[in-house]
Amino acid sequence: MLTPVTDADGAPFWRYAAQGELRVQTCSDCEEPRFPPRPCCPRCRSFAIEWRRTSGRGRIWSYVVPHPPLLPDYAAQAPYNVIVVELADAPRIRLVGNLVSHAGARLDSLPADRIRIGARVQAVFTEDGLPQWVLERP
Amino acid sequence: MTEGPGIKDATAIVGIGQTAFARHLPEDERTLACRAVLAALDDAGIAPGEVDALASYTMEETDEVELAKAVGFGDLTFFSKVGFGGGGSCATVAHLAGAIAAGQATVGVAWRSRKRGSGPRPWTNTSVQLPTPAQWTRPFGLLRPADEIAMLARRYLHEYGATRDHLFNVALACRNRANQNPAAIMYERPLTREMYMTSRWISEPLCLYDNCLETDGALACVIVSRERARDCRHRPVYVHSAAQGLPAQHHGMVNYWNDDPLTGPAWAAARHLWKHADLTPSDVDVAQIYDAFTPLVPLSLEGYGFCGRGEGGAFTEGGALEIGGRLPVNTGGGGLSEAYVHGFNLINEGVKQLRGTSTAQVPGAATCLVTAGEGVPTSALLLRS
Repeated sequence: MLTPVTDADGAPFWRYAAQGELRVQTCSDCEEPRFPPRPCCPRCRSFAIEWRRTSGRGRIWSYVVPHPPLLPDYAAQAPYNVIVVELADAPRIRLVGNLVSHAGARLDSLPADRIRIGARVQAVFTEDGLPQWVLERP
Repeated sequence: MTEGPGIKDATAIVGIGQTAFARHLPEDERTLACRAVLAALDDAGIAPGEVDALASYTMEETDEVELAKAVGFGDLTFFSKVGFGGGGSCATVAHLAGAIAAGQATVGVAWRSRKRGSGPRPWTNTSVQLPTPAQWTRPFGLLRPADEIAMLARRYLHEYGATRDHLFNVALACRNRANQNPAAIMYERPLTREMYMTSRWISEPLCLYDNCLETDGALACVIVSRERARDCRHRPVYVHSAAQGLPAQHHGMVNYWNDDPLTGPAWAAARHLWKHADLTPSDVDVAQIYDAFTPLVPLSLEGYGFCGRGEGGAFTEGGALEIGGRLPVNTGGGGLSEAYVHGFNLINEGVKQLRGTSTAQVPGAATCLVTAGEGVPTSALLLRS
């Protein structure tokens, strides 16, 4: 499986994720959250940054179900789902992830016909610190 | 309103050339590039030694030095490359038109040579950082351009009530035109709704026929000033207006992170394109719309102003995209059914329409919109005869 190839801007996200926290880069001056992380605030141009903890709750904004040809590790789990989640705390922050049956489960652990745009989801984390999503009302 | 000299009708495409298209061609990309460029110059009636400007894509493997020394160009005084894959197709012509209009060059060649059919799929390379924010998407199995666009497509279908039948209309129009074009890969392969609806998934909601071909081939075109164009072999096709488009807070094919992800680069390019044109969308006789994936066509129809927001799916109904419809598109078969060479075949097909030599000629076509990849920083050309 591919692990995140991080950069200086993104590294804090993954550090917090490894602790089981979903945090979003936020401008310390104008308080605008932004994603993906970047060096300065596109709204007020401040370089002051803080990482604010979110509730980890959100709604499914869209989803796909990839089929082969895929990289071997992913083909072995295909068809699986990939979802985009709109965060409840910051609606314009949308995270790509997988909807699974429970934390640490395979990418294909939830049947694709259970997925609906608008469904409420909650962030969970794998042992490796990768965020995943479970249905709030399974 | 005061306006500078600008590029409006200042330059013309006077030569087009292409190799055969196939899943596998024996020759390498450099050789194919040379063949397409020499064919385009021959079509124009211009000697290679007169070329002084080049433009291509950053993904092009044959560089200026290799091409110039192989085909015997003279001194080059302008050369540029445009990024973002198929988003750069029309910008190659736009850069040359700007350079020639500004007096930086006199004879420009734009080209693209690619062995995407027999070469590797770019997304299988896990060591390079693709031009998307890979750390936020790839670990979760959003691996291929098809997956990234399918995500926007699903949202588009959900938000506007568009259906797979609308996407089929796009695939069918392209296939029907390819069935008229002996050079098209799908020349002898008709498509039916049954075939479309029962084909295998690539990334739901996109099936096999929503995806472009994987092609080996090369194309080129020649651009000169309007004065020079009068001396060339064929009727000049004028570059009436041209634009690039990178909208605010755009994120490439993973454009999930702004207020309105379904408004893409087409909208930004269109604003500039129409602002500098004497024409409106209703004046366009035929369009070549970048079609790496079927959903890019309804999105582009909206972006370039042929219909309103969310109406792109409905626009395709009733044979609108076919010959005789409201807006015939991709009359050579497009990337879906002629060849996928990063959209360069759409440029050359636009020229053929305005010369009156297309294999699916729109009667009396005098204006043609050509677009580059939507969903990435893009570009567009408005051509007229």
